[in-house]
Amino acid sequence: MNPQESAVAPEAAVAEDPIKVQNARVLALLTRLFGEGTFTDVEEPYGLLTVTTTRERIHEIIAGLQQDQEIKLNFLTTMCGINYPEREGQELGMIYHLHSLTQNIRLRIKIFFPITDPVVPTLTDLYATANWMEREAYDFFGIIFTGHPNLIRILNVEDMDYHPMRKEYPLEDGTREDKTDLFFGR
Amino acid sequence: MAVNDTLEGTHKIHEEAAAQRHGQLMPLLNDFSQELTTLNLGPTHPATHGIFQNILQMDGERIVSGVPTIGYIHRAFEKIAERRPFYQITPLTDRMNYCSSPINNMGWHMTVEKLLGVTVPKRAQYMRVIMMELARIADHLICNSILGVDTGAFTGFLYVFQEREKIYEIYEEVCGSRLTTNMGRVGGMERDFSPVALQKLRDWLKTFPTVMKEFESMFNRNRIFMDRVVNVGPISAEKALNYGFTGPNLRAAGVDYDVRAMNPYSSYEDFEFDIPVGTNGDTYDRFIVRNEEIWQSLRIINQALENLPEGPYHADAPHYYLPPKPEVYKNMEALIYHFKIIMGEIDAPVGEVYHSVEGGNGELGFYLISDGGRTPYRLHFRRPCFIYYQAYPEMAVGTTLSDAIVILSSMNVIAGELDA
Repeated sequence: MNPQESAVAPEAAVAEDPIKVQNARVLALLTRLFGEGTFTDVEEPYGLLTVTTTRERIHEIIAGLQQDQEIKLNFLTTMCGINYPEREGQELGMIYHLHSLTQNIRLRIKIFFPITDPVVPTLTDLYATANWMEREAYDFFGIIFTGHPNLIRILNVEDMDYHPMRKEYPLEDGTREDKTDLFFGR
Repeated sequence: MAVNDTLEGTHKIHEEAAAQRHGQLMPLLNDFSQELTTLNLGPTHPATHGIFQNILQMDGERIVSGVPTIGYIHRAFEKIAERRPFYQITPLTDRMNYCSSPINNMGWHMTVEKLLGVTVPKRAQYMRVIMMELARIADHLICNSILGVDTGAFTGFLYVFQEREKIYEIYEEVCGSRLTTNMGRVGGMERDFSPVALQKLRDWLKTFPTVMKEFESMFNRNRIFMDRVVNVGPISAEKALNYGFTGPNLRAAGVDYDVRAMNPYSSYEDFEFDIPVGTNGDTYDRFIVRNEEIWQSLRIINQALENLPEGPYHADAPHYYLPPKPEVYKNMEALIYHFKIIMGEIDAPVGEVYHSVEGGNGELGFYLISDGGRTPYRLHFRRPCFIYYQAYPEMAVGTTLSDAIVILSSMNVIAGELDA
């Protein structure tokens, strides 16, 4: 190793972490494209830039990123629903993972909305792959995607009358007492 | 006279097909005035290799529309995972793409290691690479040889299944089981390669290339086979990306996206290998890409085996890695750790992590949200099958039934991964 490189102070090395630099660049681009204040809760858990926005803007943002020629975030890796029952007014959420295959940049976008009004715009007009992913989120969390061409259950039976991945549906029978574990159970 | 013998009739079929794709969800019942037939391909059908249904609307031999129905073996893995400690989730991943279980196991272990911040020693990483590449070979062998069976060529299937059996014997030596392997642990492998395992691996590496060459010479330039697969079910690169294709299916369309090269994990950056790509994404390209990937996997295994570093086969992480069983009987500390790990009492940090590996048929992603408890708060599997299978109706419409079968088997749709 070059002795000059090893002599650099640890703080400087952290500042020049390529992932951080890249994330800062992506974040600057996001703010430039969609304006200040669009993104809240900017985090980088394990190096993956994560931003939170609102459901009103999510379609516009993902469409804009798909079209943008500088970053080319045009691959929808996956999306999934999430349920935080204790967050009032923001119980349900959708989490989108985007990937730029040309520059190898990943971005995670989250939106949250109340469980009483679980309506989100669809992405099926942008990504064909969103079709089944949104059906899955509808099936498991009861999230309604406006504009989806075929929003029916995908993995569970059609006549199921609840959305099983919500936290209010425990995995095991709640009336059983023999399996309650006071020390280790959750 | 069949309805598609006249120009008006053909137009009508196309209009109805378009209307059906956009508007109605259920295919029409058999309409004899149109001479369209509704055909249920599946849920159990020898050519679907798994339990899923396609309701096809047929005009003679030609498919006018298709509606896939999935979920027949849905086992609610994501929900079950919310009640299980990390190491108990490994058997769930086995049952996703059961043709290449070790890749799923290792992918999951690496996700948890990323969350916990455990660094795995080089030897364990190389051992993982060897097992993952063996799994990839087994996966591709199944897909390609079954594709041969579906085109009527049974012999190749028998040749390579012998080799798959030998791969399973290596699994057996390494972890004790064959199909649902539950291989490795968070932090490394559960035991070192035994001398028998290494011997079996070396023997297999000597004999397999001959068989593979034989298999390729039977198929690659076979006139009959090529007539059945060339230009069948092509998909353009743009469309494949829009549909979220990954893995060999995407590479067959000409996009060189491979997680092993783009985001190397488990020391893949140490190995030299090529990423084969196709040109027009048809069934033949998918077949050839898979065959070529088998050769590349062999290259990787040979390099890993040659340079297999000495050292421990697991991380020094007593909080997460089960102590060896003899220690548990004699050593107090080992007993405590054993108890804590089995009861799921490990300290997981609060956080979220996405990790993906190159599975048998694409980017297999694990999105884990931990709230610091003993189980994941939420675990989402990005299952490549589930994502690319939705392109199937589009690829099958306009082809004949026999072509649709070939397209289905070349896409390598594994019901376990499809339904999770």
